[in-house]
Amino acid sequence: MANAIEVSNVSKEFVLRHTRSIKEAVVWLVKGRKGDLSKKFHALKDVSLMVETGETVALLGLNGSGKSTLLKHISGVMLPDSGSVYTRGRVAGLIEVGAGFHPDLSGRDNVYLNGAILGMTEKQINERFDAIIEFSEIGEFIDTEVKFYSSGMYLRLAFSVAVHTDPEVFLIDEILAVGDEPFQRKCIAKIQELAQQGKTLVVVSHDLDLVSRICSRGVYLEHGNVLFDGPIHEAVARLRA
Amino acid sequence: MTTTISGELTRPGLGGGFRDLRQSSFLLKLLVRKELKVRYRGSVLGLLWSYVKPAVQFLVFYVALGVFLGLERSARNPDGLSNYAVYLFSGIVLINFFSEALGNSARSIVNNGNLIKKIYLPRELFPVASVWVSAVHFFPQLVVLVIGCVVAGWHPDAFQLLAAVGGFAIVGFLATGLGLLFGAANVYFRDSENLVDMLLMVATWASPVMYSWTMVEAKLGPGLFALYQANPITVGVELFHYAFWYPTTDGSAAMPPNLFSLWLPVGMIISLVVLALGQLTFRRLEGRFAQEL
Ligand SMILES: Nc1ncnc2c1ncn2[C@@H]1O[C@H](COP(=O)(O)OP(=O)(O)OP(=O)(O)O)[C@@H](O)[C@H]1O
Ligand SMILES: [Mg+2]
Repeated sequence: MANAIEVSNVSKEFVLRHTRSIKEAVVWLVKGRKGDLSKKFHALKDVSLMVETGETVALLGLNGSGKSTLLKHISGVMLPDSGSVYTRGRVAGLIEVGAGFHPDLSGRDNVYLNGAILGMTEKQINERFDAIIEFSEIGEFIDTEVKFYSSGMYLRLAFSVAVHTDPEVFLIDEILAVGDEPFQRKCIAKIQELAQQGKTLVVVSHDLDLVSRICSRGVYLEHGNVLFDGPIHEAVARLRA
Repeated sequence: MTTTISGELTRPGLGGGFRDLRQSSFLLKLLVRKELKVRYRGSVLGLLWSYVKPAVQFLVFYVALGVFLGLERSARNPDGLSNYAVYLFSGIVLINFFSEALGNSARSIVNNGNLIKKIYLPRELFPVASVWVSAVHFFPQLVVLVIGCVVAGWHPDAFQLLAAVGGFAIVGFLATGLGLLFGAANVYFRDSENLVDMLLMVATWASPVMYSWTMVEAKLGPGLFALYQANPITVGVELFHYAFWYPTTDGSAAMPPNLFSLWLPVGMIISLVVLALGQLTFRRLEGRFAQEL
């Protein structure tokens, strides 16, 4: 079976800069470069992760362990300092609810905008528009500006658009938390359906019961290191230990 | 179960520069439409305002500068420019376009930081969309200008109209190139916006918008005047004068020497070089946008 995601020896260092202005940088130069303008922080250390097509993987770990950073490398938002990332097929990321939504536009306009941002063509959006609205259960609010939506409604629309982009690789970062119980169940059913269709899933969540249900494999990150990579139940057990 | 393995392994996040723009033309269209919708909030008045404002500006120029200040050519002021209001306005609309295009595209990356941090998409789209939005806003000003020209007895030929297209293209490319450059720089140094503001102020006065090129030539001498002429905005403004103002006059006014044989190509080449440099810088810096925003 071919790999859908190949992350090889990826390291990422963030520069925690204390300045964002030319003025301060000049002052620093004039004063004879006293003190360091930047502090370094290692967010990922030599991380390797091979995901086969059709696998369902959970990224687990405490806050700040580098889960979102790793997802951003897989989606191409960030580039690694060293090592390499390869993906196969279309990747869609649901990194945060409502990223790519504009509050002053109606739900309808936002479906088009977000769909196009996630790589759909005009024809595809037209064809899937009704399905998107139906899945989201937004109903009559579709022509309301999304700034009047509740965060759950945001999630519904955003999730609905994202699943309808029909990606080969689906990245989900900690978003299901705001949906209500019935919608969460619907999302999980949809995610499981995608998995059965052979889509590759990478899910980040602190809801360990939820990820145990969706995913078969767990990757446990701590301070940017992969501590454990194996069956989900063992990964969850380790995290709970 | 056999899964279809579609496509090759690719490296995510490596943009193809302007090649991406052609593939994302639908998204570009939506981004431009979004800007316009948000700006006008679907109000009819919003659209009306964009005609009223330049019309009032034009009238003020005509009355205050042309009549009161006496910059208009008259019996008492034989050295003045005839149809000064048209002269002034044809330059101003182009400068307005440049200012808005550069100002907005320089801010576009930081303003869309939330999106750029979370979803990968060709980031060139944002500065380019800003320039398109400015081009849409340019249109009502052009309408007002043409009405003013017609009232002043405008009779352009096809070549003069082409000159306007050329001037617009030169300034548009320059704004896009600088917009990419400063849009990227802004991510690292948020106060580089001040540089843009300064640049825009200088741009208004470093081209013959308020005054005539002959005054510059008289003061600067040939060497420095060549430098002055090499400014793509100067070339754009002079092309606009040639297209809109010149055909309203009796044709006795002199156009800058070698405008078409030398300065038009020079301005175009400089603009395209700036565009290429802006694009190059942008591509070098964009890999770190997500973490710096
Ligand atoms: N752009 C950035 N600049 C500097 N540091 C960053 C940046 N992005 C993330 N970090 C740091 O990298 C570390 C890992 O962040 P990341 O968002 O990947 O954590 P996470 O595992 O997703 O945590 P959480 O469970 O809270 O979502 C954090 O300490 C964070 O402060
Ligand atoms: Mg996170």
